[in-house]
Amino acid sequence: MNTHQTNFVRTSMLEQSTPPVLEKGYIAWIRKNLMATPMDAVLTIIAILILAWTLPPMIKWLFIDASWTGGGRGVCATAAQGGSQPEGWSGACWAFVGAKFDQFLFGRYPIEERWRPALVGILFVALLVPMLIPKIPLKGLNAILLFGALPILSFFLLIGGMFGLPYVETPLWGGLMVTLILSFVGIAVSLPLGIALALGRRSTMPVIRLICTVFIEIVRGIPLITVLFMASVMLPLFLPQGMTVDKFLRAVIGVSLFASAYMAEVVRGGLQAIPKGQAEGAESLGLSFWQKMRLIILPQALKLVIPGIVNTFIGLFKDTSLVSIIGMFDLLGIVRQNFSDANWASPVTPLSGLVFAGFTFWLFCFGMSRYSGFMERRLDKGHKR
Amino acid sequence: MTIDATIPPGKDKPTGSILNDPKVRGIIYQAVTLILLIVFVYWVVMNTSENLKRANIASGYGFLNGRAGFDVGQSLIAYSSDSTYGRALVVGFLNTILVAGAGIVTATIIGFLVGIGRLSKNWLIAKLSMVYVEVFRNIPPLLVIFFWYSGVLAVLPQPRESVALPLDMYINNRGLAFPRPVFDTGAQFTFYALAIAVIASIFFARYARKRQMETGQRLPVLWTVLGMLIGLPLLTFLATGSPISFDVPVAGKFNLTGGSVVGPEFLSLFLALSFYTASFIAEIVRAGIRGVSYGQSEAAHALGIRSGLTTRLVVVPQAMRIIIPPLTSQYLNLTKNSSLAIAIGYADLVAVGGTILNQTGQAVEIVSIWIIVYLTLSLSTSLLMNWFNAKMALVER
Repeated sequence: MNTHQTNFVRTSMLEQSTPPVLEKGYIAWIRKNLMATPMDAVLTIIAILILAWTLPPMIKWLFIDASWTGGGRGVCATAAQGGSQPEGWSGACWAFVGAKFDQFLFGRYPIEERWRPALVGILFVALLVPMLIPKIPLKGLNAILLFGALPILSFFLLIGGMFGLPYVETPLWGGLMVTLILSFVGIAVSLPLGIALALGRRSTMPVIRLICTVFIEIVRGIPLITVLFMASVMLPLFLPQGMTVDKFLRAVIGVSLFASAYMAEVVRGGLQAIPKGQAEGAESLGLSFWQKMRLIILPQALKLVIPGIVNTFIGLFKDTSLVSIIGMFDLLGIVRQNFSDANWASPVTPLSGLVFAGFTFWLFCFGMSRYSGFMERRLDKGHKR
Repeated sequence: MTIDATIPPGKDKPTGSILNDPKVRGIIYQAVTLILLIVFVYWVVMNTSENLKRANIASGYGFLNGRAGFDVGQSLIAYSSDSTYGRALVVGFLNTILVAGAGIVTATIIGFLVGIGRLSKNWLIAKLSMVYVEVFRNIPPLLVIFFWYSGVLAVLPQPRESVALPLDMYINNRGLAFPRPVFDTGAQFTFYALAIAVIASIFFARYARKRQMETGQRLPVLWTVLGMLIGLPLLTFLATGSPISFDVPVAGKFNLTGGSVVGPEFLSLFLALSFYTASFIAEIVRAGIRGVSYGQSEAAHALGIRSGLTTRLVVVPQAMRIIIPPLTSQYLNLTKNSSLAIAIGYADLVAVGGTILNQTGQAVEIVSIWIIVYLTLSLSTSLLMNWFNAKMALVER
């Protein structure tokens, strides 16, 4: 008698059953991410209530009720305020932003000369974008053009007074242009100065160390506005009679010095994180101090503190808004100045202008922080195992 | 010249030039720096004194005794335009401390809530917190101040159409009116009782801990302390015949009467600083909690410690070690950012100083007072921080 074939091998595949409803799909996602515990459910409901309470009025104010076109305050004021909108209306006045857009970009720069800052802006973007994309070659040349040629060219283009370009004095500069110039110069000055201060603070020479430490601690201990006041009120006192420094330049000096003290502390953090063996190894190879720093220590230290450096840049970019307090018209300053324009004054103009300025600042800062995150991940490879 | 480099200098007999000795070079560098610095400072001082002489400005702090002649919007101490410049600066300093203190409390509360929210397993809460942080971290604080000042508070209705808020508060374009406590005779006993309760609570908590260390028995510390802190002042309050009442603002025909009012300057500065700094505190809190390795909670669970106790006894103490140093520097940043008050006319130290500077031209003195005050604040905070760090640092071998 044959033994029974006890094992069984299935020849056809079973029909795949659908996953349990509670384990897959959006219901499961909601259960897991929004309603995991009773407490979670309560929090979700609170969050939804907050959203329902804030989001629709916000969207309504920003987009639906907003007045997009118009030539004067009439489109942004209710009938009682002397406008054409119905009673109780409130919405963003984008017509105001649109009408003043050129001013927000260039300030009081003469209209027929505005192609000059625009050209500088285009050149800046054209040089910056390839600098930021890692795959594009010729980084060295690009850097020389961006940090060497462009500032010189921009200086002559913006100021004018030669090559047949009319002279445009700096008090006429304004708007986003001033914000960007201040930040660019501030960044370009504060990074090398910060590195120098950080090296000075870690120097073995007591006099240098003391000077750098005192400078860093004093600047970090006081608000930027006092530094700007110092630059704008005290700098003329410090200089001999007849020697004046341009107001714009004073703000640049103030902002750069302020940022470099913060930069110094960030760089110092990176320097401290590099093991001593690296410096000793470099010395044993016979490298001089500057070779050691340039080739061994700084590349490693700066790479470590990229997030901190970019945070300082973002801080500097935001801090440039403070120059409006000492009477300059950066983006925020020029927006605020236009609140008092009788042609556009209405209860919603300030908020609309501020939302526009805030969004512009936000865009730049958010972009910088995202790019720093990208760079950090890219450079992190050496430390990954 | 290349020959020098190829012959290694002997150990006992240096063959190279004395200029190649790092020590000698170091001294030369430092001497040059020092001389340059001294010459520069001398040049600046000479220029300044000459400029001041030409502008007929007497240097020195004597002007502080002069009559101020300007009013400030809000003052914690008695002040009128007849007061001295010195007193005006004190008023400004107190206003700085007031707005910074209030801002720090609110920013900490919002910051901790949002920071913990970002780590929440609840998707919606985490995303909302993230949006909050990303929005406020990337906008200049000055803009947030103007947002509140000229965007929101300035377009509120006139006083006679004040918006009523809960707790008998009203808000209008002149500020926020709230009930003012009125202290009758005997009210001080309630505060004495509160002080006694605080001291007793501290002693009780110490005793309870000592007892737990010795015997392992736990006393109900939380409930006892809460009972003492609330019960003792309340009993005294009732026993002395309820001596504290509230002066409630009442909406009249044209204006509010009664109560206390804080102006829109203070409100917008306070709100802006709180919201702005809270976004940074949230990130610090998140980093601090994530910095405690997950093994710590797992080990606590393995020991059979409940989840709530794990958080309180294992995670939070270690997270605080990471959180507190950057948190302090955020507090300092908030204090320094309060100087933005000058933009909207809240009479803080910088704004008052700026007014005096414009009136008297004593730029050097005013700026030096600013620097000294802010430096004292920040240096004393960092001293406190170093002490705290030393106390909290991990004790290793």
